Amino acid sequence: MVERKELSRVTIRFSGDSGDGMQLAGTHFTNTSALIGNDVSSLPAFPAEIRAPAGSVPGVSSFQISFANEDIFTPGDQPDVLVAMNPAALAANLQDLPRGATIIVNSDEFHAASLKKASYAVSPLEDGSLAGFRVFEVPITSMNERTLAETGLTSQEVVRCKNFFALGLMYWLFNRPTEPTLRLIAEKFGRRQDLANANQLALKAGHAFGETAEMFSEHYVVRPANLEPGTYRNITGNSAIALGCLAVSQITGLPLFYGSYPITPASEILHELSRFKQFGVKTFQAEDEIAAIGSTIGAAFGGALGLTGTSGPGFALKGEALGMAVMTELPLVVVNVQRAGPSTGMPTRTEQADLLQAMFGRNGESPVAVVAPATPADCFNMAVEAFRIALRHMTPVVLLSDGYLANGSEPWRIPNAADLPRIDVQHAEARPGEVFRPYARDPESLARPWAVPGTPGLEHRLGTLEKEDGSGKVSYDGENHHRMVLLRAEKIARIAQDVPPQEVWGAEEGRVLVLGWGSTFGALRSAVQRHRREGRSVSHAHLRYLNPFPANLGQILGRFERVWLPEINLGQLALLLRARFLVDVRGYNRVAGRPFGINEIYEQIGQLYDAAPSPQVR
Amino acid sequence: MSTTAVKLTRKDMVSDQEVRWCPGCGDYAILSQIQRALPELGIPRENIVFVSGIGCSSRLPYYMSTYGFHSIHGRAPTLASGLKMARPDLHVWVITGDGDGLSIGANHLLHAMRRNVDLKIILFNNQIYGLTKGQYSPTSEFGKKTKSSPYGNIDHPIRPLSVALAAEATFVARTIDRDTKHMQQVLLRAARHHGTAFVEVYQNCVIFNDGAFDEFADKAWRTERTVLLEHGQPLVFGAQRDKAIRASGVRPEVVRLDDPALRREELLVHDEQREDPTLAMMLDRMTSPEFPVPLGVFRSVQRPVYDELMEQQIRQARLRQPPDLDAIFREGDSWEIKREG
Repeated sequence: MVERKELSRVTIRFSGDSGDGMQLAGTHFTNTSALIGNDVSSLPAFPAEIRAPAGSVPGVSSFQISFANEDIFTPGDQPDVLVAMNPAALAANLQDLPRGATIIVNSDEFHAASLKKASYAVSPLEDGSLAGFRVFEVPITSMNERTLAETGLTSQEVVRCKNFFALGLMYWLFNRPTEPTLRLIAEKFGRRQDLANANQLALKAGHAFGETAEMFSEHYVVRPANLEPGTYRNITGNSAIALGCLAVSQITGLPLFYGSYPITPASEILHELSRFKQFGVKTFQAEDEIAAIGSTIGAAFGGALGLTGTSGPGFALKGEALGMAVMTELPLVVVNVQRAGPSTGMPTRTEQADLLQAMFGRNGESPVAVVAPATPADCFNMAVEAFRIALRHMTPVVLLSDGYLANGSEPWRIPNAADLPRIDVQHAEARPGEVFRPYARDPESLARPWAVPGTPGLEHRLGTLEKEDGSGKVSYDGENHHRMVLLRAEKIARIAQDVPPQEVWGAEEGRVLVLGWGSTFGALRSAVQRHRREGRSVSHAHLRYLNPFPANLGQILGRFERVWLPEINLGQLALLLRARFLVDVRGYNRVAGRPFGINEIYEQIGQLYDAAPSPQVR
Repeated sequence: MSTTAVKLTRKDMVSDQEVRWCPGCGDYAILSQIQRALPELGIPRENIVFVSGIGCSSRLPYYMSTYGFHSIHGRAPTLASGLKMARPDLHVWVITGDGDGLSIGANHLLHAMRRNVDLKIILFNNQIYGLTKGQYSPTSEFGKKTKSSPYGNIDHPIRPLSVALAAEATFVARTIDRDTKHMQQVLLRAARHHGTAFVEVYQNCVIFNDGAFDEFADKAWRTERTVLLEHGQPLVFGAQRDKAIRASGVRPEVVRLDDPALRREELLVHDEQREDPTLAMMLDRMTSPEFPVPLGVFRSVQRPVYDELMEQQIRQARLRQPPDLDAIFREGDSWEIKREG
């Protein structure tokens, strides 16, 4: 008799060869879990190479999902369950598993040739090295073949269905309905009825195997989470940025122009936006990163919403043109989906090490606004914010996402288009009898007017040479230059009055403040939550506005005995905060190409907490 | 592009900025011809934009009373392309030089031309870096001694028109600063071309490369050493119009028209509308002193225009699927969470 066991949170990882369809299986599992009301969070991990040698460890592709009956903030640290489609997948993931974890292996693939590719001398299924884990050997390949023997598909097509067999098994194990996936398969393979049929058969067979094989003594239920009422869908950070920018285009009535050059992990923004032609969105796949931002600046000059997106190396290439946007004071949003650097680094791995590049990576005193989303769904909000700031203050804004946000997904509460915040934009108009001054400033924001070609009477010449204050004419006067440098700096500084005050989660003062920015949000919030439940005075403040900082940040930092700032870099925000507020911000810095784990952060906070007020913290 | 006819004169095109090129610079003539040509087009001033990069030539937008953008080195085609894509109603010019357009910005120039964005690109070729005070440029001749090549330049020069033709630019022409009438005609034809127009202007730098084009462009022998291209006409040249070009295959040769052995049908007749750029490429390879240097329109063909194709896709997409933000938000699987109780 199979028992039903209730769990509050489960993390599973699908893992196999790049060609095994693990991303697809993981995505289906995520969507189905969300559909039945769990809070979910997912993280794909795939090799930088499109097709590393089949069956090799570098060719392993994984997809991790965490689902729970409560609010969760991360895809989980360690998988409770690993599905390993071949020996390489086992080898690549075993070190991440806690003792006692469940491992489901595709035993058909544990033959000599595959074992050799994964550098196993002896099969790990036979040498006792998996003692301490609950291992289930399931002949997925052969059962899938038998299931599809009568379908008339080629053997290659049959093999490609085995991810659905594995998925079906996992659906049984965790009590998920198969209907949503069956329906999506039908939609996806609409034209190839035979393929749709085969994938559906494989899914059902996997599910039936779980039910009948008597291999598993229990299966699990994770009840729906108590999320805020509304309509939800799953969204990745990159999609959320695309939708946020599309939304801005709709609410401002300005056409969106996206100039970009393909780069991992930002390319999906280009893919997404290129679908939205019916909204008048113009996407331009430029010849290089420089042309991408150049075209965007040209479009912004023409009165469009100028958006360009890239990752670290591309952002470096855009530096000079970004300085041009600073000098010409045009509204522009530059998305940098950060990845591990320097140079080409690890393209598919996440990092937060471009903050200082965003702040200072240009010649001269060249201030720009910088904002950073905290979660995949928050990418929508911060894309809207980035444009709001750019348009209101006539400045380039850098939106710092990263690989983890870009590919990770979580439920997004879908807004109604009609309820989106208004953003009013006015292009300048000529006033009779007045000479147009392109660098005259709004007294409050210091923004200059946005005068677009085609407007009679406002003909003017922008340029990258220093501007005379007010008139915008070329000026080499030193005193004027000093004034303009200060004006450009002050214009950015005043944005602080136009962003929401920094919020603190937990007590407003106390022993430890955990600070963070960007994609570390989930791990930090979960770890702080655990400490607070255990009665410790730990609070969390997560920065989404990095330049300028929210006006109340300095006061907040002063109210805690310890300020602790984990970053996936060597202390870039800590450097800025120390310089700005003279506060002894302690860093915790690991750049291993992956997000922080909750346990890791929990333990670090614990050590810091116990040691406080002693200053000896690693 | 707006076609509202407006009556403007050269004066209407002049900005309030003092022109600051060296006295005698060829740039003055080009500026003046652009200012004369524009009113002919009947386009309102506010619908014209001049975009430039960096260098002596790139100061030109400051001197025009239209909209303008003096950008960064080599990148003018990128700004102009983005502007034209966002605003197909504007008449957009790119002003560049041999260093700006063919060295640091060569890549962008190529791609703007192969896309056929509706831009008018004027490349001032003086075969030298002027603004940085006299280094060799990508069009400087082999062996040239300059500040950065005291032992002689060992870079092989690039041919601007061959680059444009290789990119299959739909309009490719060459003119020279000291023949203002010819320049005016070429500029007008470029302005009226539908798609990317690329014009190379031989421009004399009086300070760092004075007389670079004298060998064929000096008034005393210009008719002898240049040939004006005219569509459908043989390439006849010479003060007495007594010489012409004959081509066997793609090998040109100079022939005398009074040669009794010459048959008229052997003469090369200029065809700027040829889809295949091979012949235009051959013309670009005709250099002094062996050949007269061709001036005029090398190629003028029609191909779909990039910014219009972009607009077309948008119109078609709108017909198929009206914009509905809520529908896009709800794409894929969505689910409802209801308030409990």
